[in-house]
Amino acid sequence: MKRTHPIITSLALLTMGFLYLPLLGVAVFSVNSARRGLVWKEFTFDWYIRLFSNERILEAAWNTLLLAVISTILATILGTVLAIGMDRFPWSKRTRNFLDIVLHIPVVIPDIILAAALVVAFGLLRVVSSLFDPGLLNMIIGHITFQIAFVALVVRSRLVAIGRDVEEAARDLFAGNWYLLRRVILPLLMPGIVAGAMLAFTLSLDDFVISFFTAGPESQTLPLYIFAAVRRGVTPQIHALSTLIMIITVIIAISTERLTRKDLFGREKK
Amino acid sequence: MTSENKGGLIIEGINKRFGDVEVLKDVTLEVRSGEFFTLLGPSGCGKTTLLRIIAGLELPDTGRINLCGQDITSLPATKRQVNTVFQSYALFPHLSIFENVAFGLRSRKFADEVVTERVEKRLEMLGLLDMGDRYPDQLSGGQKQRVALARALVNEPEILLLDEPMSALDAKLRAKVQEDLRRIQRRLGRTFLMVTHDQSEALVCSDRLAVMHEGRVIQYGHPEEVYDFPKTRFVAEFLGAANLIEAKKVPGGADTRYGILRLDEEPSWTRGLLAIRPEWIRIGEKQPGENGVRARVSEVIYRGTSFDLWLEPGPLRVRTSSYRHFRPGDEVWLELAADELTVLEDDA
Repeated sequence: MKRTHPIITSLALLTMGFLYLPLLGVAVFSVNSARRGLVWKEFTFDWYIRLFSNERILEAAWNTLLLAVISTILATILGTVLAIGMDRFPWSKRTRNFLDIVLHIPVVIPDIILAAALVVAFGLLRVVSSLFDPGLLNMIIGHITFQIAFVALVVRSRLVAIGRDVEEAARDLFAGNWYLLRRVILPLLMPGIVAGAMLAFTLSLDDFVISFFTAGPESQTLPLYIFAAVRRGVTPQIHALSTLIMIITVIIAISTERLTRKDLFGREKK
Repeated sequence: MTSENKGGLIIEGINKRFGDVEVLKDVTLEVRSGEFFTLLGPSGCGKTTLLRIIAGLELPDTGRINLCGQDITSLPATKRQVNTVFQSYALFPHLSIFENVAFGLRSRKFADEVVTERVEKRLEMLGLLDMGDRYPDQLSGGQKQRVALARALVNEPEILLLDEPMSALDAKLRAKVQEDLRRIQRRLGRTFLMVTHDQSEALVCSDRLAVMHEGRVIQYGHPEEVYDFPKTRFVAEFLGAANLIEAKKVPGGADTRYGILRLDEEPSWTRGLLAIRPEWIRIGEKQPGENGVRARVSEVIYRGTSFDLWLEPGPLRVRTSSYRHFRPGDEVWLELAADELTVLEDDA
């Protein structure tokens, strides 16, 4: 085997260091008993314990989780239906291209634009009903708007990979729409749906911009809390909180990766 | 024609276009009950589209399809007593072999005992009984193909459609599977309709075959009949090898570069083509009574069971049994016998 040049190896290591050292630093300082400064004093779980006795943080964590779970469930259902509809309905070529662009817009558009648009939209809706006052409902709707696109893209690539052959075979074997969906399409699509849902979940979990523009006084989430707290100075508690969020994200990322690496029937590929 | 063909398939005047492309042009065919029928043609000739129309996966623009006396033209695939072996096999990767085969029975809500009994019977017939618990990706190509066959046959279709069923198998296995398929069809006595571009597959398997080209059926009949009497240059060249000879009609025969050749049938054209198969040209030392051609061997190709000789003038290809040795440069007499020469319909 050809050996990699030392320069390439060191560049790769540097990049990794650049990406992960700050995160590692946060984790280290979250277990350092020194209140400020870059001096290591001694190991402690104190900041974590204080974290769990802080009412506001617990409330923010609960809001974050509630928001992420509800928006992910809804976005996953809608995104999956959208993907199936886009891929399997016999659209004309022009419509298909148009839908394709529409689907990609929420992915590439800057969050701030989407957020501003949501503010305008909710402002108009507020005239109709006070349901659309800033708060959790607005945040859920806001998160769903960008999550749908991510779910639909992941599910659709899975649909393309499955191909139409098995569907036609199922029809040829007398399967009606519902039977086809339940016994063939959904089981084959499941890894894609789960991967899409996990992606949507992490996106919601650490979203700041959309939440910031749509949140009300009662719907503080963790990213919003951290933002507000950091302005008063970074405390070890924030380090502890960030480390926890990081660990959750890493767990989700790894399990998504493992899930998509498995083959169609949940068995590991050889 | 319906009355003579009670259990068969009648296709009448099928036209189909995709955008600007006319894929099928007025295709009319009759597949008799219990026969092995093959649609033979190069890729893009419309044969797979015709198969998909019969399966109900595609709708024809015009024309009618009649199966067992019932008009099924607009019936959806789920309502047709037709099952398909797909080119890619299209097995369900998330289901075991048993459940793959059981799919068509389960979707019609057959009782569990019936499903088990019928699936096991088919698995046994195809030598797959101990494979029931495996998954498609654990099988070889040949096994997958048999699962696809079992999955279709378990539903006891009025007609079984096979779309290039052997294209994914290697050459040696293919020869065996061709014969197996033929035996299974004879044993079950069911109607099989196969699509292929492989002429040897068509010849081995079929009771009758149809040669398709550019969306039309050019010729159909028994394999021997089509092989022996190709109607057009396309059929002559696609099904086996053929020597084509340009000719001009004269009384009692045709004028060619080999002189006047006597013909058994009178050509309909004034200038056209004659065809003769390489194995039908007789080769010898003595001048034959008629239609003799003096030729010189230019190339000898060994083919195991026979030799192919290329001769000048021509070039003419002659296939001869291997115990007779010829060398390049040998002068020989050829006989292009009148009963072996076929008059093709094409104009020159």
